[in-house]
Amino acid sequence: MTTRFPVALRRIDPAVATAFGCIVVLLLFGSLYSREFVSPEYLLQQLKVASFLGVIATGMMVVILLGQIDLSVPWVVSTGGMMACAATAHGEFGLILAIPFGVVCGIGLGFINGVGVAYLRIPSMIITLAVNAVAQGLMVAYTGGFSPQDSASAAMRFIATGKVVFGIPNALIVWALIGAGAVFLFTRTIFGRAIYAIGNRERAAFLSGVDTQRVVMIAFAISGGLSAFGGVLLAGYASKAAQAMGDAYLLPSIAAVVLGGTSILGGRGSYLGTVAGVILITLLQSILSVMQMPEAGRQVIYGAVIIGMLLLYGRERLQH
Amino acid sequence: MSDWRYRLAEQRGTLLAAAIFLVMFVIYVGNHPAGFTANVVQTAANKGVLLALLALAQTVVVLTAGIDLSLGMLFILTNCLGSYIITGSPPTAMLGVVGVLLDGLACGALNGAIVIYGRLQPIVTTIATGSIYYGLALWLRPQPGNSDGFNADIADFMTGRLPDGIPASVVALLLVVMVIWLPFRRSAIGRAVYATGSSEVAAYMSGVPIRRAKFVAYCLSGLLSAMGGLFVTFITYSGEASYANGGTYTLFSIAAVVLGGVSLFGGVGSAIGAIFGALAFRTIGDLLFVFNLDPLWQPLFQGVVLLVVVCIGAARLFRIRNRLDLFA
Repeated sequence: MTTRFPVALRRIDPAVATAFGCIVVLLLFGSLYSREFVSPEYLLQQLKVASFLGVIATGMMVVILLGQIDLSVPWVVSTGGMMACAATAHGEFGLILAIPFGVVCGIGLGFINGVGVAYLRIPSMIITLAVNAVAQGLMVAYTGGFSPQDSASAAMRFIATGKVVFGIPNALIVWALIGAGAVFLFTRTIFGRAIYAIGNRERAAFLSGVDTQRVVMIAFAISGGLSAFGGVLLAGYASKAAQAMGDAYLLPSIAAVVLGGTSILGGRGSYLGTVAGVILITLLQSILSVMQMPEAGRQVIYGAVIIGMLLLYGRERLQH
Repeated sequence: MSDWRYRLAEQRGTLLAAAIFLVMFVIYVGNHPAGFTANVVQTAANKGVLLALLALAQTVVVLTAGIDLSLGMLFILTNCLGSYIITGSPPTAMLGVVGVLLDGLACGALNGAIVIYGRLQPIVTTIATGSIYYGLALWLRPQPGNSDGFNADIADFMTGRLPDGIPASVVALLLVVMVIWLPFRRSAIGRAVYATGSSEVAAYMSGVPIRRAKFVAYCLSGLLSAMGGLFVTFITYSGEASYANGGTYTLFSIAAVVLGGVSLFGGVGSAIGAIFGALAFRTIGDLLFVFNLDPLWQPLFQGVVLLVVVCIGAARLFRIRNRLDLFA
């Protein structure tokens, strides 16, 4: 140990640094194509789009830190959006309660996931899959298989598309608040510590006196609530909910969390990394679509870039 | 035969899946307006075999304690490729079939290579490669359809009935099991797959070729997914790059594997169980149809049945004596 880096430098996670490096490279690459890519308007617009994915990825991260996964995201997102819109049809009272009602529906579904994983010890990949199927069934039965007629309330539109302070989109502010909450949760609370502990080894966490089952259950409820809130925002953005509106968010949210350096096996990762991952994925999608790459090419490049970046810094240590 | 107890325990998942399937199928056929006729069985067999092939593909990877989330997309890709190259006279069409299978093998090998030599987690790897396969499928078939000169004779033969009234698809599935699964299960590499899934470290210490085992498992998974892709091409005569279908079949394959008693933690279960799991899952989906209920309720019914079935797995909690065993 002859050279010692300054403390601040040493604390930077190489994965997070690489992810931010990739963002810069992506922007430089984009600016070669068009100067628009580095204009403040474009960047703010991208951050606004990113905040929907950001909210959902926050929930996904809580669950991935536990070493679990939440595959119920697609229809919990749709449930959140649809139920919030449905509430607006019930007069003044419904208008006020639209957003909380959507989120509570998501918390309920997440709660079922949590009970299944924590108390019934069903692998998360299976129970969340089943809950996804149930949520889809409920929504199809409720809407009759069509897009629901009810549109988003003014409050939903306001938080998803409005601008209040200095032209900063409200959605971005919402994501920032949720992100701040997540950072506080992960670094400053016993609950956050317990999440990391369980992700490393649930048995050890249990023996240290953590009520691991309760923590896991609450974590899944949080994930469900945030997914549904993402759906509420999306419904506000498009001013109505739609069938399968959440399908496009499952894989990107997992990819964003993992690209941000969080281990898919749990117990390791920082929220800053997830922020980087979310921005990275949003930018990648946006640049590919602006370059008028056909959807087919976009999918191929999208997959190849994720693999390429993970090979750069996401490899596991060689065992044996 | 004093070891019957252990042999039974090993096959419990498979037997349970077979029992669930039999009950479901009896209810299904018993309430079907047309009853137990060759046509009903043929239609049910075609749909069931399709999912069974994908469940087989998922099983071999799950046995190594991995997972293949690109399976549905590979299925879509091979479907689209099949709609292009299975054309012309029988020999050239057969060449096309071989081409589709080779494509599946190559994609499976790519998954395996990235997981083993790239040392990435299977979940993330296959999510990303799934995106690549879907992109390729969309490039091949921006619109659903088939090529001129698509050889429908092979398709009709594979989805039709043999002279004895037995659905050809069931025979094909039996052939796959006899020619691919049973030899694989009995070979050294098959045992290595089970050993790797049970405990990678222990397998490594015992000199088991874990890398080769995993690689073979992923290749085999690709091959079997391609067979599923071929089969759907035979059923529909066309290729369709549908993102929703890809995702659905990935999820169905996992559900079928779980119903079939294959442990997602690896090393436990058999392909026979997974096949019964797939058939049972398919029958559940069709049950509503024979009861003449509103099709709108079908997804909810299927979801609730799935939820109940996976909760049955929680029954093992009653046998736990020490709370610490919960976290094993």
